[in-house]
Amino acid sequence: MTTIVADAHGAHDAHDHHDADHKPAFFQRWFMSTNHKDIGTLYLIFAIIAGIIGGAISGLMRAELAQPGIQYLHTWAMMSDGPDATMDQAYHLWNVLITAHGLIMVFFMVMPAMIGGFGNWFVPIMIGAPDMAFPRMNNISFWLLIPAFALLLGSTFVPGGTGNGAGTGWTVYAPLSTSGSAGPAVDLAILSLHIAGASSILGAVNFITTIFNMRAPGMTLHKMPLFVWSVLVTAFLLLLALPVLAAAITMLLTDRNFGTTFYDAAGGGDPELYQHLFWFFGHPEVYIMILPGFGIVSQIISTFSRKPIFGYLGMAYAMVAIGVVGFVVWAHHMFTTGMSVNVKMYFTAATMVIAVPTGIKIFSWIATMWGGSMTYKTPMVWALGFIFMFTVGGVTGVVLANGGVDDVMHDTYYVVAHFHYVLSLGAVFGLFAGFYYWFPKMSGKMYNEFLGQLHFWVFFIGVNVLFFPMHFLGLSGMPRRYPDYPEAFAYWNAVASHGYEIMAAGMGVFFINLIWSLIAGKKADANPWGEGATTLEWTLSSPPPFHQFETLPQID
Amino acid sequence: MAGAKNHDYHILPPSIWPLMGSMSALALAVGAVMWMHEYAGGGGLFFLGVAGVLATMFFWWSDVIREAHAGDHTPVVQLHLRYGMILFIASEVMFFVGWFWAFFDFSLFPSALAPIKGLFPSEGIEVMNAFELPLLNTLILLCSGTTVTWAHHALIHGDRDGLKKGLLATIILGALFSAIQAYEYAHAPFEFGGTPYSSGFYMATGFHGFHVLVGTIFLIVCYIRAVRGDFTPRQHFGFEAAAWYWHFVDVVWLFLFVAVYVWGGWGAPVHGG
Repeated sequence: MTTIVADAHGAHDAHDHHDADHKPAFFQRWFMSTNHKDIGTLYLIFAIIAGIIGGAISGLMRAELAQPGIQYLHTWAMMSDGPDATMDQAYHLWNVLITAHGLIMVFFMVMPAMIGGFGNWFVPIMIGAPDMAFPRMNNISFWLLIPAFALLLGSTFVPGGTGNGAGTGWTVYAPLSTSGSAGPAVDLAILSLHIAGASSILGAVNFITTIFNMRAPGMTLHKMPLFVWSVLVTAFLLLLALPVLAAAITMLLTDRNFGTTFYDAAGGGDPELYQHLFWFFGHPEVYIMILPGFGIVSQIISTFSRKPIFGYLGMAYAMVAIGVVGFVVWAHHMFTTGMSVNVKMYFTAATMVIAVPTGIKIFSWIATMWGGSMTYKTPMVWALGFIFMFTVGGVTGVVLANGGVDDVMHDTYYVVAHFHYVLSLGAVFGLFAGFYYWFPKMSGKMYNEFLGQLHFWVFFIGVNVLFFPMHFLGLSGMPRRYPDYPEAFAYWNAVASHGYEIMAAGMGVFFINLIWSLIAGKKADANPWGEGATTLEWTLSSPPPFHQFETLPQID
Repeated sequence: MAGAKNHDYHILPPSIWPLMGSMSALALAVGAVMWMHEYAGGGGLFFLGVAGVLATMFFWWSDVIREAHAGDHTPVVQLHLRYGMILFIASEVMFFVGWFWAFFDFSLFPSALAPIKGLFPSEGIEVMNAFELPLLNTLILLCSGTTVTWAHHALIHGDRDGLKKGLLATIILGALFSAIQAYEYAHAPFEFGGTPYSSGFYMATGFHGFHVLVGTIFLIVCYIRAVRGDFTPRQHFGFEAAAWYWHFVDVVWLFLFVAVYVWGGWGAPVHGG
């Protein structure tokens, strides 16, 4: 394998133009970038900012839900809609908060961080490529997120029906999103999704082309690191699912503004059509969010067990199987729409099939660790937390996959608990695992190990206290998406809100660690993780040169 | 870029076009929403955004053509472009899947309630005769598929005159299709909105028509480049991408013709017939 000569490339060194590794000036480097690592960094910064906003919104929600009755919502509505805001406007504000939280976390935090951030940084390096296939298009994938996010945030300041903002839920179901939401807010949110979707489709084209055509000599598909496999499958899901969402929300737009009746039952249309189109996108979307996490966890488990991943090919094709089957299970999100029992049986059975490749992954991670020489560094504890908590979310997913059971669980807090276990404790744990794993490589600085471990334990306790009681609330019948509830649900809601406080304290530790490490972190070696770290990024300096692999590495 | 580059991939210098395209998209979207909700200046902002997007495309693809002439498009980079175009077309196919999904939902499962009462197309709708202008348009598009292939073969055999003639014929046929489609819309016996049939009809054929316009512009660019002598028998991906796109538009039309015009209007009263 070719070794790469590390250049002197401090960002503060403004006069290194003699050097083949020289970086463009500030504006060119960060606003006109064609460098996959810089664009990856931009994505990560964007995702952190969006995550702070989306997380703060959930803090508002937990504050309101801490006790029965309306505590703060009316005050907030007066800040948003003016001093004479009505209670209806306050309830609308609640809908705006849940909508914004969902859309921000899905489209502007998890996806940009997983695919845009880590995918951009490490897919080219892991396959031994100098950059992405379309470096300039890579940059518009990032920059399209800025108008998309601006449109979504801007929508909260303009009328959206009862009050300001889009209060449709992240699913934007008709007819609430059509005849139920007059005013420009929902149109802005729809166009935000159009632009974010275009960004993701262009990114998907770029990743697939890069992975198929830019692997270093000897790097066959069956030798690719599992993170690269995960991004490949994810990119296909993006490519094929997002255009259907684009069509669905274009129909919303024309129903709202141009008199079509796609979803208007009074005009002969079919509101359920929207749900089919949305979930044909929406179910692949949940795998888009979790598959890169699978890839990250596979790299980390292998590294810190000092063993190759157990059942490598099975792991790769399990992700392919999840991706393929993920396209034919969408209507399990719609069990209560009145579909026939036969259709319910099909979607129940097809959904349960996904538990098989998912089980292959869980057991192969365990088998990788079995007999391994394990070290419990921060990325590893996050990866272990991922396996544990994602399994809990997966098991409640199997419960909900039953059409008959879902008839009573649908739209209760049990569903909220389920998808937060796979996302907030699955995808987000994968993000933190990847962040700590690759932080030394990306920044050239070591993070603080004590603070990393502290972050994990505080966050782990916090999210479990936050989300586990939601199972109980859902089983006892508390519905989603309401700002108020009867006394009977008070206890576990109070517990959940305390869980949020613990989780937020954990995030405080994360940001302290981040700032401390960037300023005062110890300089990172090319490979801080030892012999278990076998992928190509650990053969490069930390941080890597501005252009790596100017001579392609040879893989044997 | 870096002097030590020892591979055939294309490492690009920084470019302003992505940022310019994104900011134009923001102006376009905000302008569109303001326009739809009748805020002052919405239309102006929308067209400013459209102009920005079009300018971005023009400058960006001018750069791509310049880079091709500079020899940056090595065989592996040409392969990237091929993959990129095929994947883009695949995503376009899924976009049309959404519109066909809506159309088949309405036609196979018409609402039992008023105003539909199980009828598709809805009561009172006179459909167009599929075997008049739509059939002519089908023949025009199929014919244009052969003329673009004529141009391709001429190009491969180094016959620039044949390339130009084939391209010109394709462009004329494409423009003829759009003109007939515009005539058909102007004389259509049913309105744009109001029923599932008309909503599905206009949006599906309308998005197809938009793609025909884009494909025609793409072919016109290829014609200009053919006149300039940009294409060689060995390297002419810009032409191939335009031809692929044109065939994709052609195939979508065949599905529209069969599903929407012939089958979708079956049994309904025919306008003027």
